[in-house]
Amino acid sequence: MELRLRVNGTAVSNEVEPRMLLVHHIREALGLTGTKVGCDTSSCGACTVLLDGRSVKSCTILAVQADGSDVTTIEGLAPDGELHPLQEAFREHHALQCGYCTPGMIMAAESLLREHPVLDEAAVRRGLEGNLCRCTGYRGIVDAVLEVAGRRGAIAGAPQEAARR
Amino acid sequence: MIPAAFEYRRAASVDDAVALLAEHGGDAKVLAGGHSLVPLLRLRFARPALLVDLGRVDGLAGVRNDGDVVSIGAMTTYCDLESSPIVASRAPLLAAAASEVGDPQVRHRGTIGGSLCHGDPASDVAAALLALDATLVVRGEGGERHIAVADVFVGFLETAIGPEELLTEIRVPATSAPWAFEKFNRRAQDWAIVGCAVLGGPTPRIALVNMATTPVRSAHAESALASGAAPGDAAQVAGDGLDPPSDANASADYRSHLARVLVARALSRACP
Repeated sequence: MELRLRVNGTAVSNEVEPRMLLVHHIREALGLTGTKVGCDTSSCGACTVLLDGRSVKSCTILAVQADGSDVTTIEGLAPDGELHPLQEAFREHHALQCGYCTPGMIMAAESLLREHPVLDEAAVRRGLEGNLCRCTGYRGIVDAVLEVAGRRGAIAGAPQEAARR
Repeated sequence: MIPAAFEYRRAASVDDAVALLAEHGGDAKVLAGGHSLVPLLRLRFARPALLVDLGRVDGLAGVRNDGDVVSIGAMTTYCDLESSPIVASRAPLLAAAASEVGDPQVRHRGTIGGSLCHGDPASDVAAALLALDATLVVRGEGGERHIAVADVFVGFLETAIGPEELLTEIRVPATSAPWAFEKFNRRAQDWAIVGCAVLGGPTPRIALVNMATTPVRSAHAESALASGAAPGDAAQVAGDGLDPPSDANASADYRSHLARVLVARALSRACP
């Protein structure tokens, strides 16, 4: 059946089978391979994208369920080649090692920052519960998200101290 | 893992969905947020011939005050329950349970109605609704009927909602009674190994997560309290008469132990 999406700001239309999962559509039909398949069981969060602005696990959504929606993938965060503040902060804080979880982690963090204007460390950790990193642990990731929250003026308490911990 | 092929229809209204279910009966499955059903489709544990997607049906999501009752549309997501001021003030136990489900991505998509129809014994919101003594409103071709949540769960992943019926609304009696929700798991986003929801007041209700083949009330602990037992003593019989599962996460004995501990903690707050 016909599927119409707005992906990273561009309207796209494709024929899909109803059983096509959103993540496979994004990667295979649209060629946006920044979104990863990790656990394949809605646990790890590597496939996280924004659907109408909210983080979702694209391995657990049929593409047809997203018909008419806005999809933002990691490619959509930095369309002009300049790093998004979260990408920059992940680099600064060594928030990745192998990098496989990173696109999902950043999309989950972006959703969290949009939804919750005030964030402290506990809120960041709780907000990223749906994303697993198996390399580095979460210290650098949490610091990176706190730094961006601080820059957006949305952090609870003293941003610079929290970011340095 | 790719689901087996199925036919897919987007219902335009509740009537349309009910008509599709009447036509296809047991060959059809209703698709809400999909966070219980899509994993089952992917594993091919579920192979329906037809999916009836409720995603475009207006009026099935949202929370409203209805006199003494909080009415919750079946397509309301966990995230919306968590952030609803009405749920926070008039059924805070449900808000707490919703905020413990999965992780933010899951709560953005998963729905209260989907969870109830799936009937998983590990459902956090089902336990909360048992403690709150909610009522389910279901629609079929013959009209509407109401089912007490205590009568909904009849077996493992089996409910009293018929294959040709559609859950449309959950009605929760508003309450200001003290409450507590306890969930024990090993990792943040996991299902509960055991959980419990308690609503205090003159006749406290105690519901348990993952202590039977269905979400279940603890009849023994409730009747102990009713006969005047101290909360700590009532908690000691929380798992009595139940047959909790043994699986990779925990043995039945350990689950019974957890039930005693968690019910004691919950009662200390909800029935001080």
